Parts: sequence; structure tokens; C-alpha cells
Amino acid sequence: MQARITGALAAAITAGLAGLWAGSASAQGEMNWPTLVYRTGAYAPNGIPFANGQADYVALVNERDGGINGVKLAYEECETGYATDRGVECYERLKGKLGGAVAFSPLSTGITFALTEKVPGDKIPLLTAGYGRSESADGRVFTWNFPLLGTYWSAADILIQHVTKVSGGADKMKGKKITLVYHDSPYGKEPIPVLQDHAAKLGYKFEAIPVTHPGVEQKAAWLQIRQGRPDFVFLWGWGVMNSTAIKEAVAVNYPRNKMYGVWWAAAEPDVMPTGDDAKGYNGLALHPSGTAFQVHTEVFKHLYDRGKGTSKREEVGHVLYNRGLIDAMLKVEAIRTAMKQYGNKPMTGEQVRWGLENLNLTAERIKEIGFDGLVTPIKVSCLDHEGSRKARVHQWDGKHWNFVSDWIEADTKYLRPKVEAAAAAYSAEKKIAPRSCS
Amino acid sequence: MLYREAGQFKTSYEADQSIFPIMQDRWGIAAILAFAFLAMPFLASEYFFRAVMIPFLILALAAIGLNLLVGYCGQISLGTGAFMAVGAYAAYNFAIRVPELPHLVTLLLAGGVAAVVGLLFGIPSLRIKGLYLAAATLAAQFFIDWLFSRVKWFTNYTPSGSVAAPQLNIFGWVPDAPSEKYLLCLGFVTVFALVAKNLVRSRIGRSWMAIRDMDIAAEIIGIRPMHAKLSAFAISSFIVGVAGALWGFVHLGSWEPLAFSIDRSFSLLFMVILGGLGSILGCFLGAAFITLVPIFLNQVLPELGIKLDTATVSHLEFMIFGALIVVFLIAEPHGMARLWQVGKEKLRIWPFPH
Repeated sequence: MQARITGALAAAITAGLAGLWAGSASAQGEMNWPTLVYRTGAYAPNGIPFANGQADYVALVNERDGGINGVKLAYEECETGYATDRGVECYERLKGKLGGAVAFSPLSTGITFALTEKVPGDKIPLLTAGYGRSESADGRVFTWNFPLLGTYWSAADILIQHVTKVSGGADKMKGKKITLVYHDSPYGKEPIPVLQDHAAKLGYKFEAIPVTHPGVEQKAAWLQIRQGRPDFVFLWGWGVMNSTAIKEAVAVNYPRNKMYGVWWAAAEPDVMPTGDDAKGYNGLALHPSGTAFQVHTEVFKHLYDRGKGTSKREEVGHVLYNRGLIDAMLKVEAIRTAMKQYGNKPMTGEQVRWGLENLNLTAERIKEIGFDGLVTPIKVSCLDHEGSRKARVHQWDGKHWNFVSDWIEADTKYLRPKVEAAAAAYSAEKKIAPRSCS
Repeated sequence: MLYREAGQFKTSYEADQSIFPIMQDRWGIAAILAFAFLAMPFLASEYFFRAVMIPFLILALAAIGLNLLVGYCGQISLGTGAFMAVGAYAAYNFAIRVPELPHLVTLLLAGGVAAVVGLLFGIPSLRIKGLYLAAATLAAQFFIDWLFSRVKWFTNYTPSGSVAAPQLNIFGWVPDAPSEKYLLCLGFVTVFALVAKNLVRSRIGRSWMAIRDMDIAAEIIGIRPMHAKLSAFAISSFIVGVAGALWGFVHLGSWEPLAFSIDRSFSLLFMVILGGLGSILGCFLGAAFITLVPIFLNQVLPELGIKLDTATVSHLEFMIFGALIVVFLIAEPHGMARLWQVGKEKLRIWPFPH
């Protein structure tokens, strides 16, 4: 017995050392689907449902369809703990397996920034649906980045459009006060330039209050809000920072219905810990929550009824779970698009990039894959790597999220020149020549 | 037997003063260097370079810098992360604003800026000691964190506050392949380790150690505490600053102030303590332990044959790593470098211990 344990331990250590040296061996007919997750640490409450959604959709495609056009997906997780250096290590560990990764979606702005420097060399696309660098929407400079569904600049623009409407028009915004409570990292800082631009245009007073990582200490920020009594508070938080912010808002008696979270600060883990006190809290939604969609029926039928689901059954349909499903679906559809061009075999990162850039999800296609009602049509192009930039506002009623607005589209006329200017500054700094899209 | 120096006679002052007085050590070091410079670039995989060797080498360099200050001069510093940040942001600003400068000069200038900042934050050490000084250097950490996330000029007004380093170009050599990046870091580490080793054997290093062991006695025998302490802060920060610039330019490529947070300062301090205070070898052992063991555990645990999910692996990694730190500190409070010394003594009399 002892000898066997020692033997197993020795074998494992040798395997681990070999792994440190070279990464792992490969198999045939499978595609490497790497997933950077965080199931531990201060951001785990939000990281877990997203990771589960991804895992379930990949499992569904493998179980129901036997992979994509016969090519199975080899799903592998690597824990980053939301730390940039561990994220980079995970990326290096997973990128080369099985002949190369199809795409990465790190779900962390910090890791996205670090990987943005690495993916052009490795020729692997970086899918950052709903996050990442805002200027990476310009596909001429950021060939390998795909901030599909909307960037933070789009989010800030949509939020301002919504509160302008709620206030009763652009002329009513003059003299109003908007405070942004943000995670003190590139993620939280992204919306600031857009909110400042609008402040100059609409005449509201804008203030930004940083909250340091991980965001459990925000007493000072909320005392400032109690004194200032802003008309609206925008919350750009993640992980425990969101639930803490709502708790603090309760403590200083700031009305929750004047708070608006970005789409990463508007999910169940943010409001559930506060219970009924979170009632009335608003947030952006890239897609509905709940399980009333075709894809959920299939997930239940093929996975949960057979005990193969990753999540708890009652958490299927949560906001971030659904976003995980959508994130995985976008990659699967990009691979399908690429296969139409290159044939039904394992795709390389370069081919998946082509698929992402030529991704055209029409209403019919969305219906076919069971996402009808969950996503709106997306069309990506070489110039525009964002694809679509629409969101709705939803409100927490203590049990569910309910929509309180229709789809709002970000103002491209205003944002596009800003994106292009920032992308041009990046390309000048890095001395890379933008490619031509014509 | 293996480490016996019997028969190795020193016939000149030079031989008496050499860095490695024992022949076996000289051969050992030569073999390691030859392997690292000549064989490694052809043997290792990309993952091994990028995720293992490059971070290990850069952090070992930073640990050398910190060890000069903490291990040799006895001034506890919790601001290492901040001095790394100064190096990284200084290199970024030189590279962006004065693109004509050769990048090697940029990296060294970044070290110079870090040295000046380190000198400034070292001034309190003239009045306060020990834990109180640690608190003062903590102020450096928080102030510099704040500076780089609030003052937009340092980040060239990027909207998100994250900066991206331009591609390095060392007199026409563009190290972009993993093995080239590795060689660049290895070169820096080798040169600075040699410089550090010689510094601590010289007059200045002896004055640091005198201050560390008893500052009043040192003052009485004619060592100027101001000189000794401030030079330790400046030289230590210089090396740490160069390490920071390499961390930003070579390892990360793009970074935010969080990359140089207080966690970085702590982990560097632990490297120095675990590796061995006052030992250059200890810096390498400590850096290897702190950077590689978690990655190793993370890969070895899933191979054990028991099905574990990602979260459990991560929790286990933390627990085992923490336990290992405690075990090492109990087994050898003087650090891993001391273990090697003990081992050497044993090898000397092996196989006839008396």
C-alpha cells in the first residue's frame, strides 16, 4: 500500500516536472479549448457562474452534436485567481496544447491587457465579450482582439442615454450630479473619459471615486456619497466589491433605485447577499437572465438530467451563467464560420480569428442554435471588432431581474472617432502599422 | 570527500581573495553558467522560458537588490514593489519620450531613477530602525502606488491607466523570441549577481554588515552610518529598479500599478527571508521557491490520479505552499542557503563522519 502511494506520488511529481518543462502531449481530432477561470479568491462569486456557463455549453456541444462538425472540444481550465501574473502563466501553459488554442477569453481586464501584447506573436484570438480595452474595437490596429457585444465606452454611453431619458431629456441633465464608484484598475478606469465627455456636453457634475482591490473597504467612498448626495451613482465593480457597495449604500441610506451598475455589476452574486435591501438596484444587461430559452432546455436535457452539469441546477440561468453560455457560443459559432472556409478539421488560432472577423449571427441562426431572445444579431467586420453595442437596463425586485428599458444602442457617431484616436495612439506608441481593411 | 579542499594551496593574494576559493565551487558555477547560457536556449520549451525561467530570473534579480538592503545592511524594507514600479514606469517614460536612447541605457537609467527614489525614502533610516523603518518604507509603497495610478503624465494619459511597453531593441538586437528574452534576463542577472557578490566583499559591503550587526559599534570604529545606509538604499533600489523595468518590458509587456502592489513587496521579502538573509545564493533559492512551487503544485496535484476540480486544486496549492514555508522556517531559520552550507560541510567529511 505504502509502496503504491509512494509510487503514485513519484509518478505524479515526475509528470508535474515534465509539465513544467514542456506542457502536455497532444491527441488527434480534438481542439484545445483553454479556459482561464477564477473559482477562488475575492472575485470567485462572479467568476464561478461564468466558468460554469462556459463549461456547460462546451459539454453540450460535445454531448449533443459530438463536437463542432465532428471535431470535439477539449475543455481545460486553469485557475488565475484574477491575478495577472498567474493569468499569463496559465496562458503560456495552455496555448500550445493539442496543436494550439482556438481562442482565449480571460474575463479579466488586467489579463486582457497583458495578453494583448502576446497574442499577435502566438496568433491566437482574444475574445473579450463585454470587457477588455475599449479601443480594441478598431480591428485595424487590434487584429487579434474581439471585444464583442460592447466595450466599457459603449456601456458608459448607454448608461448616460438611459439616465438622460429617466431625468426627462438632455436639458434636465444640467446641474445634475453623477458619481462613479469604480474598481481602481484598468477595468474601472475605462469608462471615465466617456463620462467626462458627456459631462462637458450635458452639463452634469461628474465625480469619480476609486475603490482599491479587492473592494471590501469602501466606507470612505460612501461617506463622500452621503455628503455629496449625487443624483445617480454608477457602479463599476467586480466580485465582492459589488455586494459590499450595495451594503454600504444601505448603510448610508442612498436610494438603490438611483444606482446603476455596469453589466458586470448587475448579477445575482451582487444583490443576493444584501437580500431585500438590494430591491430597486439597477444595472445594465447584455442579455436576459432566466432559463426560458431553448438552449437551457437542451442544457437541462443533455447535461443536468444526466448528472453531467457543472453548476448547481438552481443557478443555471443566472446572469453570469448565461453570459458564460453566450461567450462559449460566440466562440463555437466563430469556429463554425472558420470551418466553412477551411474545412471540418481542428482549427488553428489564425483560422478562428478569421472566423471571428467574419462572424455574422443572423436572427435565423440565433434561433437555430437556441439563443433566440438571449442575443441580438451580431455582425463583425475588419473595421469593427465589437459587432453589436446594445444593452438594456434591468432592476432587481428582490427575487428576479426585470427589464425597465428597451434595447439602447451606444452612439457610434460619438464613440467611433474616440476609439480610432485611442487605437492610433496605441499603434504610434508600439510602432505598429495599422492594416488596411479595404 | 567530495568537497575536500585539501591540496588546493593558495599561492597568491589573488587566489586568496577569489570569489569562490574552493575549486569544486568554481567548476560548479562554471558548469551552471555554461549550461544556462549555451545549452538551455536550445533545450527548453517556450512555456518553460516564458512562465518559469523569465519570472524566476527577474524576481531573483529583485531579491538580490532587496537582500543587499535587508540581509547585508539590516534595513527592513516593505517598499520593494514600489521601487520596481519606479523602474518600470521610468523605463516606459524614457522609452516613449526619448525614443532615441538605446534601450540598454533606458533600462539602466530606470535603475538610476529608482536609486534616487530609494535614496529619498531611505532618509528616514538615519533616524529610525527595525520595524519602525519597515513602516516608513510601507509609506513609499502606498505613495508610489497612488502616484502611478493618479498622475496621468506617468502613464502617458492612457484612458485606462495601463501602459504597454514598446519592443526592446538592444543596439539592433530585438529580443522577441522566448529564448532571446531569457538570455537577456540571464545576462542582467549574471552581471548584477557578480556586482553584488563583489560589493558585499568590498569595503562598502563590510560597512553595511557592520551597521547591520551593531550600528553604534560601527560608528565608533569610523563607519559613517549615513553613507552606509543611504548607499545601501541607493544600490539596492538601483538593482530592484532594473528588475522592475525588466518585469514590465520583458515579462508582462503591459502592466498597471497592481503588478507592483504590496503583495509583490511581501513576496520579495519572503524570498529573501526563506532563501537566506545575507546570501546571494539564497536569493536564487528563495525566488525559485516562491515563484515555482505554486506553479509546480498546481500542475502536480491534478496528476495524482484523484479527480479534483480547479478550485480544490487551487485551495490545496495554497495550503501546501503555506505549510512548506512553515516547515522550512522551522527546519532552517537561516534560510535555504544555510541548508546548502550544511550540506557542503557534510559532503566535505563524507563518507567518514566522526
